[in-house]
Amino acid sequence: MLTETDTKIIQYLQGDIPLETQPFAQLADQLGISEEQIVKRIQSLYEKGYIRRLAAVLRHRQAGFKVNGMVAWQVDEDKADKVGRLFAEDDQVSHCYWRQVPDSFGYNLFTMIHARSQKELTDKVEKLSQCQDVKDYVVIESLQEYKKTSMKYF
Amino acid sequence: MMALNSLDRDILNLLQNEFPISVRPYQKMADTLGIDEEILLERIKHLKDSGIIRRIGGIMDSRSLGFYSVLCAGTVEEDRIDQVAQRISAEPGVTHNYRRNHRLNLWFTLTAPTQDQAEIILQNLEKELGITVHTMPAERVYKIKLSLPMQEDYYVD
Repeated sequence: MLTETDTKIIQYLQGDIPLETQPFAQLADQLGISEEQIVKRIQSLYEKGYIRRLAAVLRHRQAGFKVNGMVAWQVDEDKADKVGRLFAEDDQVSHCYWRQVPDSFGYNLFTMIHARSQKELTDKVEKLSQCQDVKDYVVIESLQEYKKTSMKYF
Repeated sequence: MMALNSLDRDILNLLQNEFPISVRPYQKMADTLGIDEEILLERIKHLKDSGIIRRIGGIMDSRSLGFYSVLCAGTVEEDRIDQVAQRISAEPGVTHNYRRNHRLNLWFTLTAPTQDQAEIILQNLEKELGITVHTMPAERVYKIKLSLPMQEDYYVD
């Protein structure tokens, strides 16, 4: 169970960690606890899996990864785990899920792949396809970004 | 155009993968990189101002927090897709929303405190917008980790 302090910390971490030598000082002040206690709570939230990590999130395009392809693969259910785990190992695959999909769509294993060029994306997809012998897939590229934000849970 | 030097690349790789959980995280990172904390903070500020860094913060696990999230897709006529997309984006639980090159041309993710609440939001959107939304919930999650490897020198926009 999350305590009120935990939710306040999560609320704080949903935003931007300030660029200051002691970025948790202000939060510690607000919550009336020490910075060390804040860090301990964050560590515990991390160990319990509520927080996946603290990290910088980059804008793909500005970081040179101009092409982002959602590639959906048709994989038999008994093979989905094996193929999913192997696809997940690739550095350029950021997300990999087995999804329940409508029959009219049919592609059940989803990967998000980031590449610097169209050719790099095509090559990567080709490579993944060959190494797992998954021939039936669709590359669905984004044409326009309407929204991209991170969830505010609390 | 902004050129990333090798220090910038090291900083971006470290920030994406090993932001220390510490009272003085930047000091720790600076030690790892062998530079002054002040210089590190300056470079990060520069990388933020230039737009490469979207955010430095916590990445939560929505499932562990008890939330339900689902990938959704629909087919919308091209002449009103912007309008429909904007209405969908107005939902606070919609975090990603893209027009894509497929018969299903609008894809978004919805996160809500419960599955029931997600379904109500989607039903209301379907009714209001006159569209059919297909939901594709995750059966298994193999990876969620965006970390873009910064390697050799290249120019970026």
